[in-house]
Amino acid sequence: MGRGAVSLRGIRKSFGDVLAVRDVSLEVAEGEFVTLLGPSGCGKTTLLRILAGLEALDAGMVLISGRDVTGDPPHRRPVNTVFQHYALFPHRTVAGNVAFGLEMAGRPRADIAAKVERALEMVRLGGMGARRVDQLSGGQRQRVALARAVVLEPEVLLLDEPMSALDRKLREEMRAEVKGLHARLGTTFVFVTHDQEEALAMSDRIAVMNGGQVEQLGSPAEVYQRPRTRFVAEFLAVRNLLAARVQEVGDGAAVLRTDGGLELRSTAPGFVKGARAWVGVRPERLAFDGAGDNRVRGVLEDRVFLGDRSEWRVRAGEDVLTVSESGTGEARKTGDAVTVTFPADALLRLEDGAGAKLS
Amino acid sequence: MSARRQALVLLVPAALLLVLLLGGAQALMLIASLGRRSAYGGVLHEWGARNYLRALEPLYVSVLGRSVLLAAATTVACLLVGYPVAYWLARQAPPPWRRGLLVLVILPFWTSFLVRMYAWMFLLRTEGLVNLTLGALGLPALNLLYHPAAVLLGQVYGELPFVILPLYASLEKLDPSLLDAAADLGAPPRAVLRRVVLPLTRPGIVAGGVLVFIPSLGAYLAPDLLGGARYVYVGSLIQSQFAVARDIPFGAALSFLLSAAVLLTLWLFRRPLRAGTEEGG
Repeated sequence: MGRGAVSLRGIRKSFGDVLAVRDVSLEVAEGEFVTLLGPSGCGKTTLLRILAGLEALDAGMVLISGRDVTGDPPHRRPVNTVFQHYALFPHRTVAGNVAFGLEMAGRPRADIAAKVERALEMVRLGGMGARRVDQLSGGQRQRVALARAVVLEPEVLLLDEPMSALDRKLREEMRAEVKGLHARLGTTFVFVTHDQEEALAMSDRIAVMNGGQVEQLGSPAEVYQRPRTRFVAEFLAVRNLLAARVQEVGDGAAVLRTDGGLELRSTAPGFVKGARAWVGVRPERLAFDGAGDNRVRGVLEDRVFLGDRSEWRVRAGEDVLTVSESGTGEARKTGDAVTVTFPADALLRLEDGAGAKLS
Repeated sequence: MSARRQALVLLVPAALLLVLLLGGAQALMLIASLGRRSAYGGVLHEWGARNYLRALEPLYVSVLGRSVLLAAATTVACLLVGYPVAYWLARQAPPPWRRGLLVLVILPFWTSFLVRMYAWMFLLRTEGLVNLTLGALGLPALNLLYHPAAVLLGQVYGELPFVILPLYASLEKLDPSLLDAAADLGAPPRAVLRRVVLPLTRPGIVAGGVLVFIPSLGAYLAPDLLGGARYVYVGSLIQSQFAVARDIPFGAALSFLLSAAVLLTLWLFRRPLRAGTEEGG
C-alpha cells in the first residue's frame, strides 16, 4: 500500500446501545479524494474520528499507508483533521495555531516560521499571522484550520463537514479551494459531508452512508446515475419513488404496475417477474408531452418556482409525481390535465438497502 | 425609567452597605491607627505614624512574611489538589452526578469553620484518631498538632472549595474539540494539558488562587487552633492586639497594612481577573 492509502476493515463502534458504525470496510487509494456522504447520525463523523484515532473502536482494524495504526493514539497517527467548527485555539494567534503541530514535532524555530508563512500564503492569508483568531471571519477561520492541518504534511487529510458553518457563496468558493488544494498536494483526502452537491462536485469516489453502513460506494456519476438503494436514491434527490409489482420481464424492458395503478416500463436489469420492487425517477427526466415509453396522465396540483426551474406536482390516480421543468412554468396552471412522459431507461430499480430507511 | 437610571437605583442598597459598613469601618480604623493607646485600652488623640513604624520592626515583618508564606503555600496546595478534582468533576464525572458532586464540595460550609477546626484538632492531637490508629498498628505516635504543617492542612481543607468552584466553571466551558485538535496535531496528553487546557483555564486558576490567597493572608482560626502559640500569623496578631493587648491603634495599623496587601494582590492580578469576568459574561 502506498503513502496515504487507507484501509478500514470491519470497523464497528457503538455508543451505549446505539450502533454508530456497523462493520464498515473501506479502501481508499493513495491520493484519492473520498467523501463519506450521509445524513446526521449515519456514522460518517464517527468513522472519520476512528480514522483520526479520536474514537476507540469496538472491532476492526485501521491501516494507514499499509501500517496498522488501530491501537495508536491520535498524536501518533500520520493524519490531520480539519474540524467542523474549526477548533482553533483561542489563546493563540493565527500563526500560533498553524505553528502548534510543528512545535509539537519539535521543529527548529526558524523552520517553523518559514513553514507557517508558506502555509498561510497557500490559503491566501499571507501576512495575517499576527491576527487573533476571534478577529477573523468564518471563511478565514476555515482557511486557518486548513493551513494548520496541511502544514504538517499529513499522509491523509481528514475534513469533518468543514464548510457546514459557512454561507452558500463562501461554501462554493471553499469547495474550489479545497479541490485545488487536493490537486496541488496530492495527499489523500477523506471528506465528510451531508451535502450531496458538495460530495458530487469534489470527490473521486463517494461512500453513501446510512445507519452506520456504507450503502453505496462509487464515482459521483455512478452514485448519481445508478443509485443502488432507495435510501441512496432519495438522498441524491430522486424524488419520485414508487412501490410496484413486476408484471412481466421481457428482453428489452420490464413492465411494472405501481401500487397506485400506473403501468411503467424500465430497462434497468434485475427485475424478477411477480416480485415487489421499488422504482424511482428523477424529476428532471420527466417531461410534459415528450418522447418516451412511459406516458402518465395526470392533473397539475401545485407549482414551486426555484429560479432556474419550476417543479410541478402532478397527481396521477393515487400516485404523485414531481416534474422539473426549466423556466418559470407560467404557461401551465393548476388543474390542467397533462401527460407526463419519460423514457424507460430513466426508471431506476432500487433495493431496500440494509440500513434504516428514510421515511 | 432609562436603563442607566434603573441600574443606579438597583446599585443603591449595595453602595450604602459598602459605604457604611466597609468605608465607615475603615475610616474609623484609619483614625484609630494614627492615634495612641491609652493606659486603659482607649485611643488617645495624639496623631502620628508611630504604629506603622512599629509594624515595620523585624519581629512584625517576620509575622507578615510568615503569613504571606502560609497564604502562598495554601494557594499553591489548593490549586494542585483542586485542579484534578475540578477537571474530573467538569469533564469526566458522569453528567447526571455532577450537580450532586458539586453539592458535596460545598457541603462543609453547612458546618461552622470553628467546629471543623476543632474536628481537625481531635484528629491530629497526641491522643487523636490518627495517633490512636498508628498506635493500634504498633507504630510510634507523631506530633501533628501545633506544627506549621497542621496549619497548612487546616487552611487547605478550609479553602479548597473556593478553588474548585471557579476551576470547575472554566473547565466546564472548555470546548472538547480543542483537546481533540491538539491531540490530532501531535500533542501527547501532557502537552495538551500544558499547551491548551492550562492556558485556556487561566482565568479560573487566577480567580481561584486570588479567592484563596486573600482570606489566607489574614487567616486566624486555623493558625490559632492548629498552630498553637509557637508561630504567630498576622491574623492572630491583630486579634491579640484588640482582645489581649488592648492596643487598638496598633491593631488598626496592622489591619490597614493587611488591607493594603490584599489590594496589592488584586492589582497584580487585575488583568487575568478581568479577562475571566469577560469570558463569563
